[in-house]
Parts: sequence; C-alpha cells; structure tokens
Amino acid sequence: MDEEYEVIVLGTGLKECILSGLLSVDGLKVLHMDRNDYYGGESTSLNLNQLWKKFRGEEKAPAHLGSSRDYNVDMMPKFMMANGKLVRVLIHTDVTKYLSFKAVDGSYVFVKGKVQKVPATPMEALKSPLMGIFEKRRAGKFFSYVQDYDEKDPKTHDGVDLKRVTTKELIAKFGLDENTIDFIGHAVALHSNDSHLHQPAYDTVMRMKLYAESLARFQGGSPYIYPLYGLGELPQAFARLSAVYGGTYMLNKPECTVEFDEEGKVVGVTSEGETAKCKKVVCDPSYLPNKVRKIGRVARAIAIMSHPIPNTNDSQSVQVILPQKQLGRKSDMYVFCCSYSHNVAPKGKFIAFVSTDAETDNPQTELKPGIDLLGPVDELFFDIYDRYEPVNEPTLDNCFISTSYDATTHFDTTVVDVLNMYKLITGKELDLSVDLNAASAAEE
Amino acid sequence: MIVGIVIPKDHRLTKVLLGDVGAGKSSLVLRFVKDQFVEFQESTIGAAFFSQTLAVNDATVKFEIWDTAGQERYHSLAPMYYRGAAAAIIVFDITNQASFERAKKWVQELQAQGNPNMVMALAGNKADLLDARKVSAEEAETYAQENSLFFMETSAKTATNVKDIFYEIAKRLPRVQPSENPTGMVLPSGSGATAVSSSCCA
Repeated sequence: MDEEYEVIVLGTGLKECILSGLLSVDGLKVLHMDRNDYYGGESTSLNLNQLWKKFRGEEKAPAHLGSSRDYNVDMMPKFMMANGKLVRVLIHTDVTKYLSFKAVDGSYVFVKGKVQKVPATPMEALKSPLMGIFEKRRAGKFFSYVQDYDEKDPKTHDGVDLKRVTTKELIAKFGLDENTIDFIGHAVALHSNDSHLHQPAYDTVMRMKLYAESLARFQGGSPYIYPLYGLGELPQAFARLSAVYGGTYMLNKPECTVEFDEEGKVVGVTSEGETAKCKKVVCDPSYLPNKVRKIGRVARAIAIMSHPIPNTNDSQSVQVILPQKQLGRKSDMYVFCCSYSHNVAPKGKFIAFVSTDAETDNPQTELKPGIDLLGPVDELFFDIYDRYEPVNEPTLDNCFISTSYDATTHFDTTVVDVLNMYKLITGKELDLSVDLNAASAAEE
Repeated sequence: MIVGIVIPKDHRLTKVLLGDVGAGKSSLVLRFVKDQFVEFQESTIGAAFFSQTLAVNDATVKFEIWDTAGQERYHSLAPMYYRGAAAAIIVFDITNQASFERAKKWVQELQAQGNPNMVMALAGNKADLLDARKVSAEEAETYAQENSLFFMETSAKTATNVKDIFYEIAKRLPRVQPSENPTGMVLPSGSGATAVSSSCCA
C-alpha cells in the first residue's frame, strides 16, 4: 500500500461506499480501507452468529433459530423510497444491476392508539378508517390538490404561493383535524417533528408527492422498496462500482491513522506500519474522533419473531410510524419489519426494528410503545448509539467526514449528506435527473 | 470474477468465478463471451458486466458474468458476489502451485458462505503451457472429487474446454429452482458503466 492516491476512503459504510464509487468513476485514484473484516461499517447487515456476538457476547446463536447465514439483520434499518434520491443515485451509477429489490408490503401509522394503513391518495383517503365521513372528504380534497400541484402551472396553485404560505395555513384552508394533520405530516410527508407546520408548505407538498408517486411506482402496498438480502448489499454494490473503476480495496486494516503535515493538512494514512500517501481523506466519524462532535443518540430494539406485526394485514415487510404527538414525545418512533420474503431471515421468521432519537437516560423504556406493537417475540436486543457530525473545516485539512446515520425511515437525508460531501470534495454538483419512468417498466 | 447465470423466466441465478490474480479468470470470460484472447491483458476498468447465452438440451441458459475487479487481491471480496449463487467456477493456473492453494481457500470460503446446493467447477487454466506445469491433473482431479467439484483443464489461449466448462455447469444446474420466494425486480440501468452483451449458441 506504499503508493500515492488522490483519495483514501476509510470505512465501508453506505455513504463512504457511494462516494468511493462516484470518485472512482470520476477517474480519481482511490484506496478504500476498513478496520473490520466485513463491508458496511455501521450500515452493515449481520448474520445470526455476528448478531449474537455483538449483543450477547457469545460465539454462536442457538440452533433453533435456524441457519446463521439465512439472517441478514440491518444495523441501520431504513427503507428506500421508490422514487427517492437513493434510487436516483443507483440508476445514475448503474449500480442497480448488482442488486434485486422487492416492494415493501405495507405502510402504517399509529393514530389514536391503533395501527392503521396510511392513506396517500384521494381514493385511499375516502376508504380510510382513520377519518370520519366528513374528514375523509376534506382529506381527499387536500390529497387531490397535492396530486395536481405543478410548480410550473399556476392554475394548479389555487391562488396559494406554497413558498410563502406555511403548512399550517395551507392545511387550515382544507379544515383538517389534528389527527389528520399528524398522520399527513409524519406518515406521508415523513417529517420527524412538527416544525414543518410553521415553515413554507412547498417542502411538505413535495414530500407528499414523492410518497404518492413512489407508492404508484411498483403497485405495492407502500412507497418503499428494499433489497433482497438486506441493506448491507448496498455498500457492497457501490464498493464494487468503485473497484470496477479502479478503486483498491483493503478490509481488516487495523488502526488506520490519518497523518497530517505541520499545517494540519492530510498527507496519508498509516496502517500496520505502512503509510499510503493521499491528498484527501473521506471517512466516517469513527476514523477521526477529534474532528467530530456528538449530536444525539439513537435508541433501537431488534426483535426476531415468528409472525408478522399484528394489525398490518399480515404484511411480510412493513413500516409503522408512531408520530411524536401520539406518544407525547418530541421525536417520532419508527417500526420496521422484514422477513424471509426479502431473504433476511429463514422461512417463517421476521426481523423487526423499533427506533427513535433517545430523549431520556432510559431509552429502553422509551421504546416500549413500539415494542408493544410487535406481539410476542422470540428474541429481543437493545442498542443505543451516539450520533456525530463533523466540526472540521475541509478546506483547511482536506478531511471529508460523513455525519452518523439518523433514525429517519428512508435514505433521503443519507444521500443529501453524500451529495454535499461530493460537492465539497470535487467542486462539482452531481446531476441526478435520471429517467425514473424507466424504472417501473423493468420488473422481472 | 463472478459469473451469474440467468435462466430465462423466473430463474435468476448467480454463479461465482473465483481464483488468484493472474489465474486467467478474465481471459476465460473473454474467450467464452467474445471468443477472443489477449496475451497481456490489463485489468479491465469500467467494463464489468458481460452476458452470454448457451443452449443446453432444449433450454437456454443466460450467463451473467461479473468481473471481480481486483477486490479479491487483498482478500476483500464482498459476500454479495456469491450471495445465493447457483454455481461457481474456481480458477487456478496450472503453472503456479500457489494459485492452486489459493483456489482451495476459495472452495472453503464458498462451502462456508455460499448456497449449499451450488454447482462447483474447478478450472486448471493455462493448459496450453504444458512445459511449465506445476500442478498435475491427477492432483487437481483428486482434490476435486474429494470436495464434490468437477474438474477441467482449460486454455483461454487455445479455447480448449472453455465453452465446455460453462456448458457442463449449465447441464448440472437443477432444472427447476425453488420458486416459493419470488425473485426481486431489477431496477433498470441508466447511464454509467458499460454493459457488454453478446449472444451466440454453442
């Protein structure tokens, strides 16, 4: 490894792997290392033995749960919005051909103590038990307005300037009640708190359109898709892209130390006594702990179960959003469930995740409302991890550090971070205006 | 080097082709797909995806061939390469004993991580270089039998046994794959990496 590279990437999490791929495609000479002997870092998927080792400190999982390698348990559970930014990046880079996806069966919301299907179209609003008869009509009108809204066509604006009017003001025009506002904001627009109500409505309307258009894309019961064998496939697929374009891969490199000159600029990375020179370093927060600060904690429960989540119409894969207000919290709680139908567990087994931003010193208790929705579980694991963001000035030290993954339900914030980093590293914008329409035609 | 086999209709299968750097994996694939041989082939950048169709009995088998792009060099091959793999070719260079030892390591890795029903082939490549032979056909054959692989000596240079080994794999694949778990969809590719595709019948 005693060579010179333009960029050394440390950590093989999803963000680092997307960047490594994009930079290699740009023709930069990239060395990509990870201290672990597996791909994915914080965004890997573990088999059952790895899961047992991490959470129970034992080498082997009990045999009755099935073969270890039939499990792919995500360490960063999220779904992919079918029309979202990550899908655009996958299509832009052509990484789609390394992966197979299936639609996620269901999208639900916890309102008034009940798990209910999320209605996202005027038609669904009219059928939804979430609302009374008059509320249904009002919600249907609002969904129609959002569906028809076209920024370029003032006729569809109904005299409202969405960049000036707040979400609260827009919704007031339609006379929607508190619970409707709650599920629209949190389970359709996927805001994680209520601050959007006081911001221009444009963002919320665009998020609702993304949800509805994603829902229509693959005719599933949700706007989400998810890769077979789990999310851990994503960093591997982007790593492959990087390797195909000349990137060099080294896993299992302990103690990767970033080296600096007197001015504090990166000069290389040392591991096992060898130093590779480079102009820039891209890494996750764990490789440069002195250049990041803690911004919060995510609390999470992982359950292995032998049944789907109750009240989700036996969905083999599903998301349930528990809006903050319904729980009396400051941040939403998310429940995900995947199963053997996405090849992440043996036949008959389900993997469920409950996650939220920790608000107290006892995050395990905070997760109870989500865990209560799961019904009986075979095994339950708890995990709490700190989130970090960079505090360095990349123009001075040439270090480009990603922000820790947040608890949000899908990858848009992940990709926004990657795109910002890409711009900082290269000075270029990535054009993601790909032809999404082609995407619906390619189902095998 | 990964080779994915896709049997048309619902049977999407993956196959792996593994071996030491320099064992001739890329040359084998180039011979199989384009019927070409390049004496001093540089590692291919950007071209990572080939496909080839073979007619076997009355079925058509589509091979999807992925280049490992050097990720095996520092033993950093991602498990997605052999995820759900239906078959594998492990390639070594008959003029290089060390590459045979590395091939055995790949066999172990596939046995541990791959699909238990995987069809595995062992290819002793560079069979045209008889004068420089370091691994005897008997030694490789014995090892193959002990580990339930089938063994063929190949030469990408002279085309000896190249189509044959792919043909043999296609024949040994289970006719009907368990399809209780429907296959996923493949999002279409946009611009980006080059996809090379050709087809001919054996």
